[in-house]
Amino acid sequence: MNASITPITMPKFGLAMTEGKLAGWMVRPGTRVKAGDDLADIETSKITNAYESPAAGVLRQVASDGETLPVGALIGVLVENDVSDADIDAFIARFTAEFGQQSLGDGQEAAPAEPTVIDVKGRALRVLDLGHGDATPIVLIHGFGGDLTNWMFNHSALADGRRVIAFDLPGHGGSVKDVGEGDPAFFAGVAIDLLDTLNIGKAHLVAHSLGGAIALALAGQAPGRVASLALIAPAGLGPEINMDFINGFITADRQKTIQPVLAYLVHDKSLIGRKMADDILRYKRLDGAVTALTRIAETCFPDGRQADDLRPVLTRGDIKALVLWGEDDEILPVRQSSGLPPAVTVDILPGVGHMPQMERATDINKTIATFLA
Amino acid sequence: MSKKSFRQAINEALRQEMRRDPRVIVMGEDVAGGRGGTSGTVDAWGGVLGVTKGLLTEFGEDRVLDTPITEASYIGAAAGAAATGLRPVAELMFVDFVGCCLDQIMNQAAKFRYMFGGKARTPLVIRAMFGAGFNAAAQHSQALYPLFTHIPGLKVVVPSSPYEAKGLLIEAIRDDDPVIFLEHKVMYDDEEEVPDEAYTIPFGEANLTREGDDVTIVAFGRMVKLANEAADRLEQQGISCTVIDPRTTSPLDTDTILDCVGDTGRLVIVDESSPRCNMAADISALVAEHAFDALKGPIRRVVPPHTPVPFASVLENLYLPSVEKIEAAVKAAMGHRVPEIA
Repeated sequence: MNASITPITMPKFGLAMTEGKLAGWMVRPGTRVKAGDDLADIETSKITNAYESPAAGVLRQVASDGETLPVGALIGVLVENDVSDADIDAFIARFTAEFGQQSLGDGQEAAPAEPTVIDVKGRALRVLDLGHGDATPIVLIHGFGGDLTNWMFNHSALADGRRVIAFDLPGHGGSVKDVGEGDPAFFAGVAIDLLDTLNIGKAHLVAHSLGGAIALALAGQAPGRVASLALIAPAGLGPEINMDFINGFITADRQKTIQPVLAYLVHDKSLIGRKMADDILRYKRLDGAVTALTRIAETCFPDGRQADDLRPVLTRGDIKALVLWGEDDEILPVRQSSGLPPAVTVDILPGVGHMPQMERATDINKTIATFLA
Repeated sequence: MSKKSFRQAINEALRQEMRRDPRVIVMGEDVAGGRGGTSGTVDAWGGVLGVTKGLLTEFGEDRVLDTPITEASYIGAAAGAAATGLRPVAELMFVDFVGCCLDQIMNQAAKFRYMFGGKARTPLVIRAMFGAGFNAAAQHSQALYPLFTHIPGLKVVVPSSPYEAKGLLIEAIRDDDPVIFLEHKVMYDDEEEVPDEAYTIPFGEANLTREGDDVTIVAFGRMVKLANEAADRLEQQGISCTVIDPRTTSPLDTDTILDCVGDTGRLVIVDESSPRCNMAADISALVAEHAFDALKGPIRRVVPPHTPVPFASVLENLYLPSVEKIEAAVKAAMGHRVPEIA
């Protein structure tokens, strides 16, 4: 086997990420790792995420805990077999010098894809359309109070050989704030309009939480438009819902009050940062946002229970479906994943809350890719 | 969403509120620009620094009014218009000119609600440029927000960034009380991401731009930016700071200030206004009265000397709070021995 040095660089989680903080190494220097082992916790402006080793080797750390570095900067190296310290030092020096030049030289590198607001049959929707290829496209549908950035760790990973479209539901993010009746059927209609506008006949739907209920409603309304359903902690499969979260999300209007509400979303509470809370407060300040959320909550969760039972869509058995759920979900209890027909694959993730696509992004991406293959 | 300058953010807030509500009008010296002269030019300026540019062409002369250079008359007219059903946004150009119309603000607009038994509403916004750093000399450089803060019945807003400016100005226009909205003139070209949609930021709610364990820094307007730069440098040296931007000096979010001082035990206040009876003095009194036991050391104030703002740029730089002065004050608050920066 040849001696080799593999650079470990600051990863890019999501399109908007330009720098990250090395929150902490999870592996001591000198430890042998294999590809896929968790190497470090990387803190982005949104959330902290584990960075998996791209290769095998013995770790030498370059950056220290707490350092903030641009995407692509060297944070460590993995060394295979007998490489002298001098060679490693030379490698690090060369890499760092080249990276420095690169970042000086190509300040004008291709701008990352930005979401755009498009007209969808008279409605302004903010859409992020990534990827090319012949495989059936994926449409990502976020949940209550979310937006397309909920998919920041998944979007480009799924866009391998296919088009993947994320959009802000009406009432959310940068989309129009009119939510009609505010029920899953309304949003499903909007999603069908989006498919029409983008000339997509049939799509895989990957959907989270209330987005899951919307995907189910869409499959009920227009089964011919749905290639498969990958539902992450979906609504619509049981009556219970944590109304402390829903009501708190609607009423909280400052950091101090919104942070405990957002903590319901995840198993590891330290994942919720100021920036995430701030982004949500910024969205909620937009004209019409709180009115829209209130309308949705009144329609979908009257009397503190889910109004729509969408299980029949899955029991009908004509649509391939995958259900993923965090075992410690505090918004929609994991028991709502039981009793589904055997044809539906159900994957329960231990130590995960209501946001598996962020809390366990790599696992979720792999599971969905395998499911679609 | 796109990057917008402080100037564009304010222009967009005015434009969106004028579209939303026909009662919103804009008035002031040169806010339309180019009218009334002999050149025939329309919308040439849009205020001396171009903040209101384009409003005349979209909304016409009935809603974008160039006024004579008589602050007493048009600020008085704006107060009266607000009391009788319009929602005027009057531009005072330089806040230093307030001396010419203080009665209309202090004794009239600010008092209507109280004097008329709560029955009068005065949805008036007065926008003005303030602050030093522009070599505009003593009569065009003052940071007079403490003067307005002193007057009950006024709300006083000092935005610290483009995002803040747009949300706070829309809130000001929708507010039913007189609001003084002060724009630091050095910030007009600062840029950041600002939503295209209308949004509001509530008054009396401070924004923490960062949270730390060692020292609380309270800063206003442009000083928030300098405080954050200082906090960045200090973090490299192992000192972590909370930076509070109160957003409004009246109402003032005293709870957040006291909470943060309770957590860090050290306080530095950065205030560009003259040091006697300014916000730094006011907040020092607040903390000394209500959080004295939490303090691990003396409160530090980073403020200019009690002099007119000098014209000469070297002296103006010396006069103003700076990143270096804030950094030194934080270190002093930590008990480090630091050389005094003149």
